[in-house]
Amino acid sequence: MESKDRLLAAMTAAIVEGDRAAAEALAAKALAESLDLHEVIEKGYIPGIQKVGALWESGEYFLPELISSAECMKAALAVLKPALAAARAEAFLRGKVVIGTIEGDIHDIGKNLVASMLSANGFDVLDLGADVKLARFIEAAEETGADLICLSSLLTTTMLNQRRLIEMLKERGLRGRFKVLVGGAPVTRKWAEDIGADGYGENALAAVKLAVALGPKRRLG
Amino acid sequence: MIRTMRPKTELLSRPFIEKIIDEAILLLGRHGVFVENAEARILFKEAGMPTDETSLKVLINRKLIEDSLEATPLTVRLYDRTGEKEYVIGHDNVHFDPGSAAVRILDHATQQERLPLTADLVQMARLTDSCENLHFQSTALIASDVPEIIADSYRLFVGLQLCSKPIVTGLFRTAGFRPMFEMLAAVRGGAEELRRKPLAVFDACPSPPLKWSHLTAQSLIDCARAGIPSELISMGLTGATSPVTLAGTLVQHVAENLAGLVICQLAQRGAPVIFGGSPAGFDMRKGTTPMGAIETMMIDMAYAQIGKYLKLPTHAYMGLSDAKINDSQAGLESGMGAVLAALAGVNVVSGAGMMDFESTQSLEKLLIDNEICGMAYRLIGGIAQRDEPLALRLFEALGPENQFLTLPHTRKWYRVEHMFTTLADRDTYEAWVGLGRKSMAERAHDRLERILGETSPNLVDPALQKELQAIMRNDAQSIGIGVLPEMKIG
Repeated sequence: MESKDRLLAAMTAAIVEGDRAAAEALAAKALAESLDLHEVIEKGYIPGIQKVGALWESGEYFLPELISSAECMKAALAVLKPALAAARAEAFLRGKVVIGTIEGDIHDIGKNLVASMLSANGFDVLDLGADVKLARFIEAAEETGADLICLSSLLTTTMLNQRRLIEMLKERGLRGRFKVLVGGAPVTRKWAEDIGADGYGENALAAVKLAVALGPKRRLG
Repeated sequence: MIRTMRPKTELLSRPFIEKIIDEAILLLGRHGVFVENAEARILFKEAGMPTDETSLKVLINRKLIEDSLEATPLTVRLYDRTGEKEYVIGHDNVHFDPGSAAVRILDHATQQERLPLTADLVQMARLTDSCENLHFQSTALIASDVPEIIADSYRLFVGLQLCSKPIVTGLFRTAGFRPMFEMLAAVRGGAEELRRKPLAVFDACPSPPLKWSHLTAQSLIDCARAGIPSELISMGLTGATSPVTLAGTLVQHVAENLAGLVICQLAQRGAPVIFGGSPAGFDMRKGTTPMGAIETMMIDMAYAQIGKYLKLPTHAYMGLSDAKINDSQAGLESGMGAVLAALAGVNVVSGAGMMDFESTQSLEKLLIDNEICGMAYRLIGGIAQRDEPLALRLFEALGPENQFLTLPHTRKWYRVEHMFTTLADRDTYEAWVGLGRKSMAERAHDRLERILGETSPNLVDPALQKELQAIMRNDAQSIGIGVLPEMKIG
């Protein structure tokens, strides 16, 4: 019992420290010892990312710490994922997200931050990369049964494609099936409203909060 | 007479410059650059560089880089609309121009940012024409009342009609080159005349780290072949899209710019290129790209120094601010940037009027920045020896009242030695109160209204205007846009 508690505490610490190798090794150990994965995630890893969030909020952590911890969390979850799937326990995931930088735009830093934070917060994220054709977003969302489509653009010119995607969803009768979130430097709340998007996040943390609010309400276990 | 010293600031030692360049060349040779444009990849392939059609990566060797540098002109010459006034971009010359492609404008009446309209673009061009310390204009605003798809040519269309200065512009789409080139050639009276006397510079921004997109590489190729100078705008963000150390970011910056320069020279040997950029010290808390950060300015000054070492004309985004209103921060960051750029001898300094991380233009700030640029020019003018002896004889000529005001020497030199401000407040407190206790931004707005109300627009002649309108109309119609906003001037 004591050793399990120590293991959970180590998982939390690995996330807080952004120690990816430790986070993965601990996940592998949890599998080897057949621990309750629900408990591993809820009591080991999640408290870590929560602590990171708190350190960020208090001004202790900056983006490098925030993102490395998020990446660390993603890595640990990736180790656990096959076992979770086998146990039909993926339901702990907050929802499925398809994300990408829109057609004509190869700027992907903002999108990467958002994708990373979404994964770290328990979303199943399919990152399509940059310069993603509009039709590809829709295909990927249909294939994966996504809940959310997240569109990023850095350029004013490519921002226009965000509107096109929403129109395309309407034309195909799919608008109701996916929530569409938009973001990127030139994007504003007003733009999101104008094009009929479901939401706009001005930064990665805002995007996570928005996705949590709009995503499906699934509970673990 | 002792020669006037040109005040100058350098941040890097020679061995440090050489080390940065060497690493940049190694980076291009070992890691390579991502070239999305097929035509550019063919150029590299024909030059014997290893290109990978799957990863779109190109490795560039030292010899090709050195050969391309050899081919690049030391200076770029631009000419105004009349073709008479020449501006040499190179050496330690400094030319200021407004920051380009703002997606918003700070509305003075509401003190809020809003989307720019054609009417704002018109005012911007007219004001830039009036600013004596801004040598170039830029396509500074993206008008929201025209479809985004033709916003590139439309900005140029408005600027060329209302301001006679050379113009810094750029493409939003590959198809934008044709109409924009036609407009420039129309002003010059032909493609060959345009090649002989360039009127515009096209900015092309690689995407950090080490990527040249399809559009930007095409812009380099098309401009090189038309004799239009390309300004390479590498824009690494420290710790986000480039190494976090300033020196590390400089390596990437130089590598990205060199890759662009090679594309230009492969497309047309001898093509005019400006070694520029808009990098930023990434803010690790806000995730923003502060242009007013001192580290941003240090990177700018350093790569400009490297550009000079490589015998290239230079450019930087300096003299702008991240403030959202015309407050102390706006003046502080813009003032510091413009002065440092001038001291570093950056040849083209883009940023006047700009705020909120390169996203917003303020017409009031444009006028304030014009004054800042005037001060920067005065500074680099240096301290000159006007007389021999300097002052001894003046003291002999002084009367018992010790009055310099009435000396002919004073009258002879005061306008040359001193610059007069129009917006900076130099009134006594009482006089300032008497004038309505106005802030600098309010005084700038008053001046804006005077300029726009009392001067007539510097319009192109009607025949040329018709020609430009026809090119713009064709461009719009070619993508199914029938109606353009009315351009109200005055």
